[in-house]
Amino acid sequence: MKPVSQKAWFLVAPVLLLVAFTAIIPLMTVVNYSVQYVATNAQFHWVGDLWYREVLHSEKFWNALWRNLVFSGIILAIQIPLGVLIALNMPRKGWGVPTCLVLMSLPLLIPWYVVGMIWQMFGRVDIGLMGVMLRDFGYNYEGDPLDAWFTLIIMDVWHWTSLVALLAYAGLVSIPNAYYQAARIDGASGWQVFLHVQLPRMARVLTIAVLLRFMDSFMIFTEPFAVIAGGDPVFLSTELSQTVELGQRAAMSIIYFLIILLLSWVFYTVMTRDDGEPIQTGGKSGSAS
Amino acid sequence: MARIDLQNIRHAYAPDPKSDADYALKRVDQAFDDGGAYALLGPSGCGKTSLLNIISGLVAPTAGRVLFNGEDVTARPTEKRNIAQVFQFPVVYDSMTVRENLAFPLRNRRKKPDDIARRVNEVLDLVSLTALADRRARGLTADEKQKISLGRGLVRSDVNAILFDEPLTVVDPQVKWELRASLRDVHRRTRTTMVYVTHDQTEALTFADKVVVMYDGEIVQVGSPADLFDRPQHTFVGHFIGSPGMNIMPASVDGAAVRLGEHSVPLASAPRLDALQKLQLGVRPEFVRLSATGIPATIVRMEDAGRYRVAHLDMLGMPVAAMLREGEAAPAAPHISFDPAGVHLYADSWRVDLGGAAQ
Repeated sequence: MKPVSQKAWFLVAPVLLLVAFTAIIPLMTVVNYSVQYVATNAQFHWVGDLWYREVLHSEKFWNALWRNLVFSGIILAIQIPLGVLIALNMPRKGWGVPTCLVLMSLPLLIPWYVVGMIWQMFGRVDIGLMGVMLRDFGYNYEGDPLDAWFTLIIMDVWHWTSLVALLAYAGLVSIPNAYYQAARIDGASGWQVFLHVQLPRMARVLTIAVLLRFMDSFMIFTEPFAVIAGGDPVFLSTELSQTVELGQRAAMSIIYFLIILLLSWVFYTVMTRDDGEPIQTGGKSGSAS
Repeated sequence: MARIDLQNIRHAYAPDPKSDADYALKRVDQAFDDGGAYALLGPSGCGKTSLLNIISGLVAPTAGRVLFNGEDVTARPTEKRNIAQVFQFPVVYDSMTVRENLAFPLRNRRKKPDDIARRVNEVLDLVSLTALADRRARGLTADEKQKISLGRGLVRSDVNAILFDEPLTVVDPQVKWELRASLRDVHRRTRTTMVYVTHDQTEALTFADKVVVMYDGEIVQVGSPADLFDRPQHTFVGHFIGSPGMNIMPASVDGAAVRLGEHSVPLASAPRLDALQKLQLGVRPEFVRLSATGIPATIVRMEDAGRYRVAHLDMLGMPVAAMLREGEAAPAAPHISFDPAGVHLYADSWRVDLGGAAQ
C-alpha cells in the first residue's frame, strides 16, 4: 500500500479556485438567472424551465441556430482546405520562411471589431474604388442578405485562414524527411504522398484547427454587429444581444453554450476515433539522421 | 538485380567545397557485384549513409558517376532507379493496415492483384507479421513498425538492389537476431544485391560476404570478415574491428626489424619507406604472447570476457592488450612477445606490404 497524503488536495486548490472564479461561478450565475423571472422591482421569481421552453419554441432561435450552423460549415469547408493548400505551398527554408510566417500572422493580430471597420470602409460607395466597383455589380451588404453573407464569409476567411495555414505548416515541417524518401522509393505519386504521408501526419494539428475555427465561427458576433448592425442575417449571438428579458437571455446562453460543447465533443471524437494515442503526447517517432 | 559501380564519387553538403575537409565523401570508387551481400561499416559521421543515399538517388553526388549494370543513372531520380531502401527509424503509412503498407510499393507499380496478394503474404510470413496483417499500422510498437519497413523493402522481387540503413537500431536484441537471419536467408534464396549500413561490427560481419569499412569519408578497406581481421589495411580497421581492437604502437624501423625502445621485433622483410612517414606497429591482442622472455611489462588490469580473458598491460609506457585463452594464467613477471604471423607495420596509418608469413 502506498501511503496516501490528503495534503495533495492543497496542491489542487489554486486551480480549483481559479476555475471557480473564471468559469464555474459565472456559469452558475447564468444558470440561476435562467430559471427566474426578474420583476421591475428587482425581485426574483422562480419560473422553472419557462425560459427554456420559450427559447426552444421560438422560431427566431431556430433560424439563428440554423444560420450559425451553415455559417460554420461554410467557414470550415473553405478555411481548412485553403489553409492546408497555403501551408503546402509555403517555403521550407531560406528567407521566405520568416517572411511568410510574419505575413500570415498579421491578420491574426487585428481585433475583430477593426476587421469589421476595415471591410465596412472597403465597401463604402462614397470613399473607395472597391465600393464603387461593388455597387456597379449590384452589391449591397446592408440591404441584400446574400451580399451580407458573402461579406461575412470573405471577412472571416481573410481574418482566420492563416491560423489554419500556420497550424498545418507546423504539422508539415514536423514530418521527418525519411517519410518523403520512403514514399519516393515506394513509387508514390504526389497525391498519394499528400493522402498517406502529409494528411495523416497533419491530422492532430488539423483537429485543433477545426475545433478552434468551429468554436470561433459559431460564436461570431463582432463582424455581423459591425457590418450589418442588427440587420439580416441574425446569428445566435446577435439574437442574444437583442433579447431583453434577463432570464430568457440566460436560458439562451446556456443552450448556446451546450450546443457548442456538444458539437466540439462530436468533432473531437470523430476526428480522433482511430487514433491510438491521446492528442497531447505528440509523435514519438524520432527524426531521421 | 544489378551490379552497381560508384566511380570517383565525391560529395559535399555545403555548396562550393574547397579543401578535402569540406567533403563528407572524399573520393569513393567501389563496385558492388550483382548478387553480393555487402556491409558498409564505419563510425557515425563517416559518410556511409551519404553513400547509400547516393546509390538510391536520394542524394545527388557533387562529382562522380553511379552505374547500374554499366548504365549511367547519376541523373536518374530515385523512383526510376528501382531500388528498395529501409531506413534507420520506422517509416510506415499510419493510416493503412500492415497488409496495405506492404502492398503499397507493388500497387504503385501496377502489379496484378493476385500477384500482390501472394507476394504480400510471403513477406508477412518472412518478417513474422502475419498475425498483425489486418491491424492499423498506427497503434503498433516500434519493433513491429520497423518490421513493416523491412517488409516494404523486401516486397518487390525485381529490384536492382536493397539498401539497409542501420535497419535494426530500434529493434530488440532477440528480434534482431531473427531478422538478420531472415535477411541472410532472403539473400541466399533471391541473390538480390544488398548493401547494409551499420556501425556494429558483429552485424556487419554476420550479414555480409564483403565488408566495406569507411572512415572519415573514405573507404579504407574492402574484404571478407577474415581479411579485415588478418590483414587490416589501415590502423582504423585494426582498431575498429576486433574486441578489443588492435594494439597500435609508435615505432621505428631498423632494417628488417621494428625497434620499440631498446627492444626489437623482427619483420618478414625490410620495408621500403620514406623518411618522413609516421611508423606504427600493429598487433592484435590474439597475437600477443605473455611468457617469461621478451619485452617486460606490468599488468594494469584483467578483464573477463567469458570464453577468454584480456590482460591490459603497460609496456614501455604504452598500453597493450593481450588475450589469454581459457585456463591460461598470466605469469607473475610477464614479458611480451609477438607472434610473427600477426605483426603489421603501418606507415602514415596505411599497412606496409612486407610479403612473407602474414600475407
